[in-house]
Amino acid sequence: MKHMAKPGRLGWLSVLVLLAGCKAEVLAPAGDVAAQQRDLLVISTLLMLVIIVPVMAMTAFFAWKYRAKNHQARYMPDWDHSTKLELLIWSAPLLIVVSLGALTWVGTHLLDPYRPLSRVAPGQEVTEDHEVLRVEVVALDWKWLFIYPQQGVASVNELTLPVDRPVEFRLTSSSVMNAFYIPAMAGMIYAMPGMETTLHGVMNQPGGYKGIASHYSGAGFSGMHFAAHATDDAGFDDWVQTLRAGGEMLDRARYLELEAPSQNVAPMGFAQVDPHLFPRIVNMCVEEGKMCMAEMMAVDAEGGAGLAGTMNMAALTYDKFKRRGTRAPVLGWEPFQVLSFCTPEDSALMFGNASVEARSLADPAPLRGRGMEPPAGLFGRAATSEITLANPMAAKARGGDGHNL
Amino acid sequence: MATASNETTFLLGRLNWDAIPHDPIVWATFVVVALGGIGLLAALTRYRLWGWLWREWFTSVDHKKIGIMYIILALVMLVRGFADAVMMRLQQVWAFGGSEGYLNSHHYDQIFTAHGVIMIFFVAMPFVTGLMNYVVPLQIGARDVSFPFLNNFSFWMTAGGAVIVMVSLFVGEFAQTGWLAFPPLSGIGYSPWVGVDYYIWGLQVAGVGTTLSGINLVVTIVKMRAPGMTMMRMPVFTWTSLCTNILIVASFPVLTATLVLLTLDRYVGTNFFTNDLGGNPMMYINLIWIWGHPEVYILILPLFGVFSEVTSTFSGKRLFGYSSMVYATVCITILSYLVWLHHFFTMGSGASVNSFFGITTMIISIPTGAKLFNWLFTMYGGRIRFELPMMWTVAFMLTFTVGGMTGVLLAVPPADFVLHNSLFLVAHFHNVIIGGVLFGCFAAINFWWPKAFGYKLDVFWGKVSFWFWVVGFWFAFMPLYVLGLMGVTRRLRVFDDPDLRIWFAIAALGAVLIAIGIAAMFVQFAVSIRKRQLNRDVTGDPWDGRTLEWATSSPPPDYNFAFSPVVHGLDAWWEMKKAGATRPDAAGFLPIHMPRNTGAGVVLAALSTICGLALVWYIWWLAALGFLAILAVSIAHSFNYNRDYHIPAEQVRAVEDARSRALAQGA
Repeated sequence: MKHMAKPGRLGWLSVLVLLAGCKAEVLAPAGDVAAQQRDLLVISTLLMLVIIVPVMAMTAFFAWKYRAKNHQARYMPDWDHSTKLELLIWSAPLLIVVSLGALTWVGTHLLDPYRPLSRVAPGQEVTEDHEVLRVEVVALDWKWLFIYPQQGVASVNELTLPVDRPVEFRLTSSSVMNAFYIPAMAGMIYAMPGMETTLHGVMNQPGGYKGIASHYSGAGFSGMHFAAHATDDAGFDDWVQTLRAGGEMLDRARYLELEAPSQNVAPMGFAQVDPHLFPRIVNMCVEEGKMCMAEMMAVDAEGGAGLAGTMNMAALTYDKFKRRGTRAPVLGWEPFQVLSFCTPEDSALMFGNASVEARSLADPAPLRGRGMEPPAGLFGRAATSEITLANPMAAKARGGDGHNL
Repeated sequence: MATASNETTFLLGRLNWDAIPHDPIVWATFVVVALGGIGLLAALTRYRLWGWLWREWFTSVDHKKIGIMYIILALVMLVRGFADAVMMRLQQVWAFGGSEGYLNSHHYDQIFTAHGVIMIFFVAMPFVTGLMNYVVPLQIGARDVSFPFLNNFSFWMTAGGAVIVMVSLFVGEFAQTGWLAFPPLSGIGYSPWVGVDYYIWGLQVAGVGTTLSGINLVVTIVKMRAPGMTMMRMPVFTWTSLCTNILIVASFPVLTATLVLLTLDRYVGTNFFTNDLGGNPMMYINLIWIWGHPEVYILILPLFGVFSEVTSTFSGKRLFGYSSMVYATVCITILSYLVWLHHFFTMGSGASVNSFFGITTMIISIPTGAKLFNWLFTMYGGRIRFELPMMWTVAFMLTFTVGGMTGVLLAVPPADFVLHNSLFLVAHFHNVIIGGVLFGCFAAINFWWPKAFGYKLDVFWGKVSFWFWVVGFWFAFMPLYVLGLMGVTRRLRVFDDPDLRIWFAIAALGAVLIAIGIAAMFVQFAVSIRKRQLNRDVTGDPWDGRTLEWATSSPPPDYNFAFSPVVHGLDAWWEMKKAGATRPDAAGFLPIHMPRNTGAGVVLAALSTICGLALVWYIWWLAALGFLAILAVSIAHSFNYNRDYHIPAEQVRAVEDARSRALAQGA
């Protein structure tokens, strides 16, 4: 495989940057997606300079030419309208915006972070030979967790990627919003708790790059960066082997330890990962006894759990507060669990004027909708299938036929 | 650190000795502020100025005095906000190579949050509100705004909000969330102590003032124009003020509602924006920017008006393309509601949604560009006098175009993916807010100062301030553009890469230059006040002005105009001068109906501030008492029938005769 730098159409710009003597990663990136984003940036700038430069020049020139001391210049105190000029001053920016708008529409769709890559470099289409590397990214307080589901390993604050191989990042966060950003690779996208976003990218040049959290996330934010290495396939395999040799397992319990706030965390690795960990993080049910969001959505889609649903309050409360030693709202209710219902029949029974037999207490054990089948899916009965947040019902309809994780 | 407990007592809520920050920087600041405050209070007492202040200023319902008080508030808060900026610059140039700098994250994160909040809500907003308050009624030939008491109340609510934010400096903490307080970080789980509550109540109290002032000015412009002043004869500044206030009325309720939802999440445990139980933090980000983007235009539109007035006055020319200017303003007003999502392209919306909002954003640049061309062609064929307001205007035209360009760049979603949240973004919005809003405010202060006080500002110190500001601006923010292109993001406290340091050093130098610029501006005010006899203007029209505010004396009498001027075209005063209008005849003066001063606004705002502070600290009895007191005072004030008086015709005649004599002497 070639790892030569592939200068894009605007690669000459990187020369300028080198001349300036600074590491402008945005202008001289190492990945094809960032390079295309850079190209769009530069083309848009040039397009706008078409109008900006004349305006600035005219401002300076008019200010000088029509200064009060210059009596040579014509003075036209009542000249305030010219249809031709008006047409020009509205249509010139309009034309620029039309071309920029077209460029934006096309560029935004081509470089949509959700869109799988069609090329790994200029002129190098993605073929069946290219296996997409999947990386699951979790923004923790305040470090990054990277899970490699295909390799079954995980790392913290260290990301290694093979060059010229398309990468699909799936992003989420454990607590607050963040943004995942490797400036040299493919732009940034938010990582949000209870949600999953996607970013496609590729690295074309081997090397070490900086990866950062680019959305302020609290006290440890400044130290929340990681080293992103791009290396050849052999190097990547070596790295995976090193992780595997480490021996530590990242299961739900270990994750909950890891997830507690910590700052300036040194890189670490995990030889094994619970394969359902990432979906559980996204669905906010890593802790025992929590109902997964996908499950709740499936229940809701069936019309909700009715009164019985109130029993689920505790299971639905994402109680980081407690673990963090912080607290619930001062005037709010503590999360509660309803153990029984008191119906009019019950009270009638209590006061001794019951005409009918009171109903039995609701069974608190299954946290399911009334008379409903538990939803099929990862967290339901058919544990082999995948439920995604995007479409829990589709997964339910598929039943056990969903593809394995 | 935020280790202070949330244990509450009945009497003081969660307020206890732990609430006093254990930080030498804060202590030193407190000592300086306390000494300054005591000195000020002592001086006021020594010279027996309390009564005068209360009667002539605090309780005044005169739009001119309220306008001036707004601008004083803005200047005071500018110093605070700028001190925050200097601290950030210092920290960022310090914290390299393993050094943690001199600020811990708890302190630093409060500073960047406070800087943003203060600069937008308590510097830029009072500046533009003050300008509109002062100038609009004069420009439309009115004697005051439609609701003079409401105007006084609005000002004091804004000041009350500022007080709440300032108290957080010495008691407790301010939010550590960034200036828009995005949840879940701003939720009770991640920001458990008082910081976000200070933020919420500060903005809510000030927000009431802003909304009411918006309503007041819309009604004033719609209902109180002088006879003959049709909509298309309104001065451009009045037009931009109208659009701004419509934006305020339409968007500030969104902010209020959003903050109410956040308050409910924090106080009673609802789940609008929480992670659990179906809450959705993305909703907050959408809502806050549905307010936030129009807010940007609320700030800049009035200054576009200022630049129009200044360019046309100092070029000695009619404004080029008046109607196209008006249509451009209205276009911007409407479009400003259709672009909010460009603040978070990176949140992961689909490509079509992102493209839509990217393109609507670019469309806004068309009317904005048209405006710029209109100013250019106003200069074309003019006789440009480079007085201070015009210098600020030319500096604006050169600076703002760059900011506009980087703004359109950020509107291209794929480009935004690499520049969002970077220092490039920070440089961009300072480029438009300093280059547009602040430069505009300085142009306006230099332009209308002679109207407000009857003498011009000192030119030498004005020029010193101008050059330090403009040069300092480029030094402070061009390095941030470069750093943004190097992939450096905002709100970072420490850095590893030593190559970045030189750029932060240049930016810090820029901040020092700006500091000199600010100092020079205050020196300019002091020197001008001392030399006021030298720069005295008796004509009321020192710049050969074009609009009605220059038709009356400087400073204008309480009633602004003895007779309502009759308007026959655009640039009403210019036309009058050309037509050789004479002073009104002494015979026909009538008594003038005026609103009477009232202390109700001060009292209500003080009670609201107390109520807000009580809610911050969970002192429930005080909050309830404060709220009941607000209701009681409001009801009592509605029974106050002593709210107007007449200036007798003789007094009007005396004032006007004196002015006629002064004019005759000057001529």
